[in-house]
Amino acid sequence: MSTAGTTTDLTMRAVPGPIRADYLVVSRLIAPGSKVLDVGCGDGGLLKLLRDEKGVDGRGIELSREGVNRCVAEGLAVIQGDADTDLAFYPDDAFDVVILSQTIQATRAPRVVLEHMLRIGKQAVVSFPNFGHWRLRLQLVTRGRMPTSENLPYHWYDTPNIHFCTIRDFVDLVREVEAVIDHSTALDAWGREVRVNAPWWFWNFFGEQAVFKLRGKR
Amino acid sequence: MARPRRISDDLARQQADHPAGEIARFGVDEPLLLDAGISLAPFQIAYRTYGTLNAEKSNAILVCHALTGDQHVASNNPVTGKPGWWEIMIGPGKPIDTDRYFVISSNVLGGCMGTTGPASTDPATGQPYGLSLPLITIPDMVRAQAMLVKRLGIDTLFSVVGGSMGGMQVLQWAAQYRDRVFSAMPIATAARHSAQNIAFHEVGRQAIMADPEWRGGRYLAEGTRPLAGLAVARMAAHITYLSDAALHRKFGRRFQDRDAPTFSFDADFQVESYLRYQGEAFVERFDANSYLYVTRAMDYFDIAADHGSSLAKAFAGTRTRFCVVSFTSDWLFPTADSRQVVHALNAAGASVSFAEITSDKGHDAFLLDEPELFAITRGFLESAARARGIA
Repeated sequence: MSTAGTTTDLTMRAVPGPIRADYLVVSRLIAPGSKVLDVGCGDGGLLKLLRDEKGVDGRGIELSREGVNRCVAEGLAVIQGDADTDLAFYPDDAFDVVILSQTIQATRAPRVVLEHMLRIGKQAVVSFPNFGHWRLRLQLVTRGRMPTSENLPYHWYDTPNIHFCTIRDFVDLVREVEAVIDHSTALDAWGREVRVNAPWWFWNFFGEQAVFKLRGKR
Repeated sequence: MARPRRISDDLARQQADHPAGEIARFGVDEPLLLDAGISLAPFQIAYRTYGTLNAEKSNAILVCHALTGDQHVASNNPVTGKPGWWEIMIGPGKPIDTDRYFVISSNVLGGCMGTTGPASTDPATGQPYGLSLPLITIPDMVRAQAMLVKRLGIDTLFSVVGGSMGGMQVLQWAAQYRDRVFSAMPIATAARHSAQNIAFHEVGRQAIMADPEWRGGRYLAEGTRPLAGLAVARMAAHITYLSDAALHRKFGRRFQDRDAPTFSFDADFQVESYLRYQGEAFVERFDANSYLYVTRAMDYFDIAADHGSSLAKAFAGTRTRFCVVSFTSDWLFPTADSRQVVHALNAAGASVSFAEITSDKGHDAFLLDEPELFAITRGFLESAARARGIA
């Protein structure tokens, strides 16, 4: 899945440096030894982190051939596939956690994808860029153009990100699919967590990305 | 079309009963019950091994060959004198590293390189089996391999690897002997043979049977060979192993040793000359009846049919680690076939990797220099070896 997240990751592979902030947040939400499916796993950075730090039994789905082949060559159980079409083939409760990291905005049917995740996994972890961040709002208001940023470098005509949402939009979707939020975090532009007890509007304004841990009502 | 050299042809003929390399013989006390409902005994399996079996017997990899392949994967072929058909993949330091793994490769049942097949001598008559050999299936081939593996004292294979028909055997192993297969690598293959592929096989078989020298399958006893028919079968099949792009890149519309068409049915085009050569080279080393039997085995292959039409059921509860590989330009076993296997494995909750490799070389890509295939094979086996505790 070629997303903004994957692009960030490409540069980070070239220069071994800090691990992506949202990876660390996601990793904290995963219990050691869990069986995990990472949907849109890119070059497997998160799966490797989870394998090495948490001893998880990790699987991945990735759209780009290059990403998949790199993952498989590193011994990760990753398949070439598409979140929109391939999640349907997994049985209910096949995983402890299904992760969708910086990918939901690139899916054709985010709601269907989310519902599949809640069906396949006992829990779902979703991280996404927040389109309600003040800088993006400012760009639209002042320049009157579709916003771009370091994390969202694409133009409107070449972006793979076709379904942007804000944190509040996502929370609405969670209610729509009748899922329960077990945990949520917003990260600012520097990857720091936004004040924990702040109201949604505050997160929606200052969070550059968000990480949610959900479970379906059973 | 020039007839091939008889010397080499005789060499090939000898291999059917007296193959180069190792032979495992199974007597009347160890019959093989075939899907056709007949017990085959006695029979023999011709095989080769490379590398060393470790003390725990945990590092054995079975390599399964394709339709016209053989057990000589990583050493010179006794008939052609050419290097083994997968030396690019198997050997010291290669992706399937014989410094680390113990590689076993056997000729399939129905083959003509020393495992019992239609060219073998029927001990009951002293004559070649010909068509009196019962029809063979892929599960039959795998059952025979399982007997060989047991004979070698190996309980669980570290991996089973193969492309095309070899990949069918890999899938059959994983479905039939799930506790004896730690990891499996089916490459450029399918869980069932498609209607299109059955159709191509039928063209090949009809070409052989239309050759008057086929003699109703009794050509060996009557001292002749359906060389022209077998060559045509190979030529037609060979086209399906390539791709439009590969043929265009290799030959285009270029003429063979001439500047203009001869206005005859001579091989004016390079691609014609190439196909004729492929046909001629093939008949030197392969038995026509074997071609009938082995293509038929592929046609009958349909794992799901044996499991209530559900491929996922065939793999339900498997603990085998899978790595499925396909190639973008392979139209004989297209990526959709591999994806069907992957979806079934996902539904079965299996650990599976699946990579589609970009190549314009068609189905044959799995035999050729494809660095991504090597990297994936190496990485997959490496991680499986860690999980298996192989040093």
